[in-house]
Amino acid sequence: MTDSVSKMSNNTIDTSNADTRVASFDHSQRTLLNQIQHALHRTPSLVPLIVLLLSLVVFGLLLGTKFFSPFALTLILQQVAIVGIVGAAQSLVILTAGIDLSVGAIMVLSSVIMGQMTFSYDIPPAVSIAIGLSCGTLLGYINGVLVAFMRLPPFIVTLGMWQIILASNFLYSANETIRSQDIEKSAPLFQFFGEKLHIGGAVFTYGVILFVLIVVLLTYILNNTAWGRHVYAVGDDPEAAELAGVQTKKIIVSVYMLAGLICAFAGWALIGRIGSISPTSGQFANIESITAVVIGGISLFGGRGSIMGMLFGALIVGVFSLGLRLMGTDPQWTYLLIGVLIISAVAIDQWIRKISS
Amino acid sequence: MKQPILSVRNLVKRYGRVTALDHCDFDLYPGEVLAVIGDNGAGKSTLIKALSGAVQPDSGEIFLAGENIRFNSPLAAQAAGIETVYQTLALSPALSIADNMFLGRELRKPGILGSVFRQLDRSKMQQLAREKLTELGLMTIQNINQTVETLSGGQRQGISVARAAAFGSKVIIMDEPTAALGVKESQRVLDLIVDVKAKGIPIILISHNMPHVFEVADRIHVHRLGRRLCTLNPKEHDMSDAVAYMTGAKVPETVSI
Repeated sequence: MTDSVSKMSNNTIDTSNADTRVASFDHSQRTLLNQIQHALHRTPSLVPLIVLLLSLVVFGLLLGTKFFSPFALTLILQQVAIVGIVGAAQSLVILTAGIDLSVGAIMVLSSVIMGQMTFSYDIPPAVSIAIGLSCGTLLGYINGVLVAFMRLPPFIVTLGMWQIILASNFLYSANETIRSQDIEKSAPLFQFFGEKLHIGGAVFTYGVILFVLIVVLLTYILNNTAWGRHVYAVGDDPEAAELAGVQTKKIIVSVYMLAGLICAFAGWALIGRIGSISPTSGQFANIESITAVVIGGISLFGGRGSIMGMLFGALIVGVFSLGLRLMGTDPQWTYLLIGVLIISAVAIDQWIRKISS
Repeated sequence: MKQPILSVRNLVKRYGRVTALDHCDFDLYPGEVLAVIGDNGAGKSTLIKALSGAVQPDSGEIFLAGENIRFNSPLAAQAAGIETVYQTLALSPALSIADNMFLGRELRKPGILGSVFRQLDRSKMQQLAREKLTELGLMTIQNINQTVETLSGGQRQGISVARAAAFGSKVIIMDEPTAALGVKESQRVLDLIVDVKAKGIPIILISHNMPHVFEVADRIHVHRLGRRLCTLNPKEHDMSDAVAYMTGAKVPETVSI
């Protein structure tokens, strides 16, 4: 503040003798707790990373090599890949202070459309996949337009779309499953993301690789492009972003479209994971994706958090599920612990936010 | 007499049966600080919103450097070189100072990194942001990457002013910049206004605070009942005159300038 004081003395009101300490922060006397708060504020994904590492250590100590083997650890990745991909889409929407309850439905309908195109209309699989991906994007576009231009709350829009898409999915497919053997025979491209890559004892499905690629790509986009910065700005304070020159409506529509596209990719990967195309699959994808996002430290109020945090969040859920199953506990303990994690994550988010007040 | 850089003729804006602007005139000359004062409901914020593109007038004309223009959004006004420092500041609290200063007009890296991969030129933006803040004597902020929410009210105001000064090539509009600030921080903002003026950019200052207006303004536009009542020279009139004109307690004999 010293140079401001010297500048002030040029003016009619001389405040050079006044106490200058009023507006300055006291940086020297920060408590340890304060420093932790600031560190978390800078990198919100630190919390889920610490929880993930701790849970790995605890289950590793309790279960030994049964858990701490390349096979078991990569099995966790395979189990969280679908939820993780959907979670990436969910993260984008939640960063804009929205929520997307239709992610799971978009995923399932996209996979059903891919299957129906080939098995009912004899369209080549590659084209069917392109149609499925465009369909997911279109559904996201509808969500985005309703949120941005009709100004309807995202919760209501996607709650309605969830029902509409799921009902269309059952009506269109007549609730029929396309069997794994048929897909293998006539359209193996659908099961592409189920292919496996073996490195030692570790097993990576192409679905896992897709998941990691999406996370890396989105991390780059969100941090290093103007579009990414605008997504954060819109979630943080939409009016401020608008006045500063961000085209908020376009950003919101593009976010929901990208989320729809990613969900359609999840639908493709889902075929690889379960082998068949089933209209009843992935029923809990929306709740599970929100869980991964929240445990991953992304704020439901928008503008804060990272996709990397969501990756850790999804892995935490995977580690708990597998670890507790290997220990032979009742699966309800998993849900109970995940419930505790969700509430703790939001409590920590609120605490971090206090920094600005 | 010099040509006005920004002028308004016969501007009308109605909200239902309320006439916010009633054939209003307005002139801003190059290099000056023009204060706009008026009682609540006099229509000064509607006038300012029309100039910054946030409100579309029903009729009337706006001239920027002699050219007849029409803004249909704040973006269009920004593109024409008119920057506004809003009372709410229009900053994103969770983004860094540099991110905020370049929000909506980010710089991309040269070559393929920028054109294909759309990568932002972080170091260049940080360097320019630092330069702009230094120019305005705001470098008490050590870290250009700290988030705006960790700054004090006065510092935030400084960032918003620096952003306007960095991009406002023709006119800077400041809406109640000292309303939410303490005595010292207000003084700081007034210094900033003087600094920006020294760079040759004219400023429109909307304020309720008469001492602040009389400290920095070259001319005072008194707004009353949706139109310009008169313009005052702060050296020839005092604060009680201004308040009397503003409230209608006194009627100017001749309209000066």
